[in-house]
Amino acid sequence: MKPPAFAYHRPETVGEALDLLAELGEEAKILAGGQSLVPLMNFRLAVPAHVVDVNGLTELTLSAQRGGVLRLGALTRHRELERSPLVAGAAPLLAAAAPFIGHPQIRSMGTLGGSLSHADPSAELPGCVLALDATVVAASARGERRIPAGEFFASHFTTTLESDELLVAVEVPVPAGRVGCAFTEVAARHGDFALAGAAAVVTLDDAGVVTDARVVCAAVAPTPVRVAAAEKLLTAGLPGGLTEVETAVQDSLDPTPELKVSARYKRRTAGVLARRAVEAALADAEGRAA
Amino acid sequence: MTTSTTTHTIDLTVNGIPRQVTVEPRTLLADTLRTQLRLTGTHLGCEHGVCGACTVLVDGEPARSCLLFTVSLVGRSVETVESLEEPGGRLNPLQQSFQDHHGLQCGFCTPGILMSLTALLRDEPHPDEGRVRDQVQGHICRCTGYQQLVDAALAVSDEDAEVAP
Repeated sequence: MKPPAFAYHRPETVGEALDLLAELGEEAKILAGGQSLVPLMNFRLAVPAHVVDVNGLTELTLSAQRGGVLRLGALTRHRELERSPLVAGAAPLLAAAAPFIGHPQIRSMGTLGGSLSHADPSAELPGCVLALDATVVAASARGERRIPAGEFFASHFTTTLESDELLVAVEVPVPAGRVGCAFTEVAARHGDFALAGAAAVVTLDDAGVVTDARVVCAAVAPTPVRVAAAEKLLTAGLPGGLTEVETAVQDSLDPTPELKVSARYKRRTAGVLARRAVEAALADAEGRAA
Repeated sequence: MTTSTTTHTIDLTVNGIPRQVTVEPRTLLADTLRTQLRLTGTHLGCEHGVCGACTVLVDGEPARSCLLFTVSLVGRSVETVESLEEPGGRLNPLQQSFQDHHGLQCGFCTPGILMSLTALLRDEPHPDEGRVRDQVQGHICRCTGYQQLVDAALAVSDEDAEVAP
């Protein structure tokens, strides 16, 4: 269980990194936290000829809130999402989801940019950035590109990033007014890959009426999925109560079975989790001042 | 910028001592510690980031040394189980508590668990049982059923509480 040999590159600036990616293309893998790439290399499922280590790029560690946007550097570690007061205030969904990611040792090293680029369908952060309507900022020697989260995830472990592009930051709209959010998931053991997960973000007006809702399920499709039918029920005032959310999610999904669980299990679990996430997000929003 | 297919010589700190090591890019931190620096207290179990046996601290945070390329750790500070030893070869309070509470049997997972708990107790000197269990969730122990090692960590936490004003 030792990784194969590779050529190692440690750029010191983003410009150097982008030049390397332009030159090496598909031959290179980007090393950030390494919590997915290194196991794949230890198993020799990934055999990159070149590894571009971005851990020296300090500008990718910087995060700041400007106006209504929280910009998180791609090298933001999961541990920082879990602990940072800035994230807790401006992107509480990410803070809520972070403790579900792997184990403490993984969260020390794993990064936001790495998790999104890896695009594991069962991962927490891809679903969260979709629920938050975040924007992924990708840079290449050709320039910078801003990709809405809804257009970023293409399939299992596949994004719309080009081989010469580096994910440099994620921009999250900071909630204004009565916005509530919640994340939940089910795994065989805490820290295992999720069997199903759900994130919800709801906005209430002063009268407590839902004006906007985003409901996302994870680990039930090749990418995280928004469930429009559940969102419509919420903005329609949930005429039939919360159970309708569960039913709408179950009717909308068509998961593929996994080794451990059937498609039926995933569909039913996702429905229950979505209902719980919506319920918690509504309670969170109601607790915020009108 | 550094580029090479062959070996790299890097400086890092291991258990408070500046060290220089020459490694292939693919060399994992766990192997550097065990084979080059002869710090065999760090154990390798699964070698793919599941069992937690190889956990060390990197800049004070727990990390799996089987998932880190040594070459990437330029200037970083690594702490292994060997750093816990007190003068005269005595066990530190957490290690002593593990012995007192039967927190280990075969001992294979113990170095990693000690390092994870060391990080926790530095951040939160008096964690409750839930926090201790959260912290050891990334470790597989097949001997103790975890109860005794959780007891051991909680006993250290209580002891500190009595000393504190």
